Amino acid sequence: MSYLLRRLALYAVAAWASITLAFVLPRLMPGDPQTAMFARFEGKMSPEGIAALRDTFGFSDAPLAAQYLTYLGNVATGDLGVSASHFPARVGDVIGAGLVWTLWLTGVAVVLAYAIGTALGVLVAWQRGGWLDAIAPPLLALVGAFPFFWLAMLLLLLFGFTLGWAPVRHAHAAGVEPGWTLAFAWSVVTHAALPALTIVVATVGSWLLDMRNTMIGVLGEDYVTLAHAKGLAPRRVMLRYAARNALLPNITSFGMALGFVLSGSLLTEMVFSYPGLGYLLIGAVRSLDYPLIQGLFLTITLAVLGANLLVDLVYVWLDPRARVRTEAP
Amino acid sequence: MIALWRHRRARLGLGILGAFAVLAVVGPWLVGDPTAPVARPLSPPSWAHWLGTTGQGQDVLAQTICGARTSLAIGFVVGISQVAIGAVIGACAGVLRGWVDDVLSLLINVFLIMPGLPLMVIIAAYLPTGATTIALVLIVTGWAWSARVIRAQALAIAGKDFVAAARVAGEGRARIVLVEVLPNMTSLLVSACIGATIYAIGAEVALEFLGLGDVAAVTWGTNLYWATNDSALLTGAWWTFVPTGACVALVGFALALVNGAIDEVGNPRLRAEPVFEAAVRRAGRRGAVSTPVLREELP
Repeated sequence: MSYLLRRLALYAVAAWASITLAFVLPRLMPGDPQTAMFARFEGKMSPEGIAALRDTFGFSDAPLAAQYLTYLGNVATGDLGVSASHFPARVGDVIGAGLVWTLWLTGVAVVLAYAIGTALGVLVAWQRGGWLDAIAPPLLALVGAFPFFWLAMLLLLLFGFTLGWAPVRHAHAAGVEPGWTLAFAWSVVTHAALPALTIVVATVGSWLLDMRNTMIGVLGEDYVTLAHAKGLAPRRVMLRYAARNALLPNITSFGMALGFVLSGSLLTEMVFSYPGLGYLLIGAVRSLDYPLIQGLFLTITLAVLGANLLVDLVYVWLDPRARVRTEAP
Repeated sequence: MIALWRHRRARLGLGILGAFAVLAVVGPWLVGDPTAPVARPLSPPSWAHWLGTTGQGQDVLAQTICGARTSLAIGFVVGISQVAIGAVIGACAGVLRGWVDDVLSLLINVFLIMPGLPLMVIIAAYLPTGATTIALVLIVTGWAWSARVIRAQALAIAGKDFVAAARVAGEGRARIVLVEVLPNMTSLLVSACIGATIYAIGAEVALEFLGLGDVAAVTWGTNLYWATNDSALLTGAWWTFVPTGACVALVGFALALVNGAIDEVGNPRLRAEPVFEAAVRRAGRRGAVSTPVLREELP
């Protein structure tokens, strides 16, 4: 079986496992999530009203297999039910609104962190044993030891409340009308500044160490020595010969790290009340909004799986060796 | 063990860990009830209360010290359990090969590829809140990282002659896994344990920060949960969350130090590297590098 087929099978199994997990969990748990959810309406609503609500949320007394099939059909058509805390909004619409903000914030932060970290990693590996190599890796490792959201709290306090340099919550100012205007764009960018900075600071260290390690491996290769021997300028050897080849294995870790970075950015959103998926998730957990929790779990998991698949495809396209190798790297 | 103690950085790391362990065991008796209100809410550090008070007037120092017990306990229990599960599954996959390996590898990869936090949240949201739930969730979601590393090592060891000899001698599969293969990667297992513990402490704090733990208990995670809930940030009350975060980082840092030291003690090449490079520099040469040693890190 070719490398790509194996990977595809893996993603299919992972996707099926997470979709099934979201179905099985609520039905396995001790206590009854439905009752817990509807307990809040008890006394305020007639039993008929609650029964109608149960129907709306897709709870039924049908046999499990039938429920499972209905559920699979709903997921396939993107129908995730009705949110309890944003009632009567559909879960899909609530998530869609949050997804835009998470994609924007995490996307910008990940690209920035990757670019900065990789560039620093190239430099650090090139001047191995130099002052940058002595300072940067341990310092960034220390920063990485702090909890992600704790850094967010610190930056929020320091730059947001004490110095007042950047807005402290939400994705844009309340007075600015969303639209394709300069004022709105500026508001969005300034509001993303602190959360993005948090993600960059917390993750840049791992990119740096990653790149440094692969780069040091590549620097030991014969073709680098040959490039030196040919008398090529050191800059050219560093960038065109060593860094270019070291980037390849780095791409796989990009996919692996995505889930981790996303988890951190979800927590960061909470600290800054940034209206993305993380903020929705915590709201859903606190108000016991099970349909929304499930929907968010599915969206985030499937998004990460999709991103990983994309990274794999890019990798196979970039590196011909991956096309013949059968074992995953 | 003695070699580890000779290592300067390992001694520092073990010292920090020891201090925290003592604090976790005897601390709660020294500071009294951490949940009792003792002074005006959100008062800054003073002589009476070294680290100030929380939004509910509780002593931050007492909360930080008492929080260490649960957080560290969960961290170590989860770290060890993750590696125990990872060792059995990883070693079986590596030794037995064939369809067993295919199935187990698929299982490992599926768990690796699913993003951790949403998975933890959805499981924790349905279980009754408490320390046991948090520990269970972390074990279920985290074991695959160690399993992957251990499987790779088991594959390498299973190819060695002494394992083939054991097979010919008629040893059972279970005996080969438990007696021949696993003891030969002790340093890897210890290092995986430490990595898993670092991960577990961070994840435990994150889950409780989300409010998925028992918010009435005093742990590092709930300390941070209350710090945000009582709008400590709005009033600039840095003392409510800085000490806890610093403790988490310090424990993680100490564990990383010990981990690095174990690596160097167990891997002579890594130990020789700085010596070799210093010699190259003394000779006035540059560009020469010893064979690189790559460390695979557990996230």
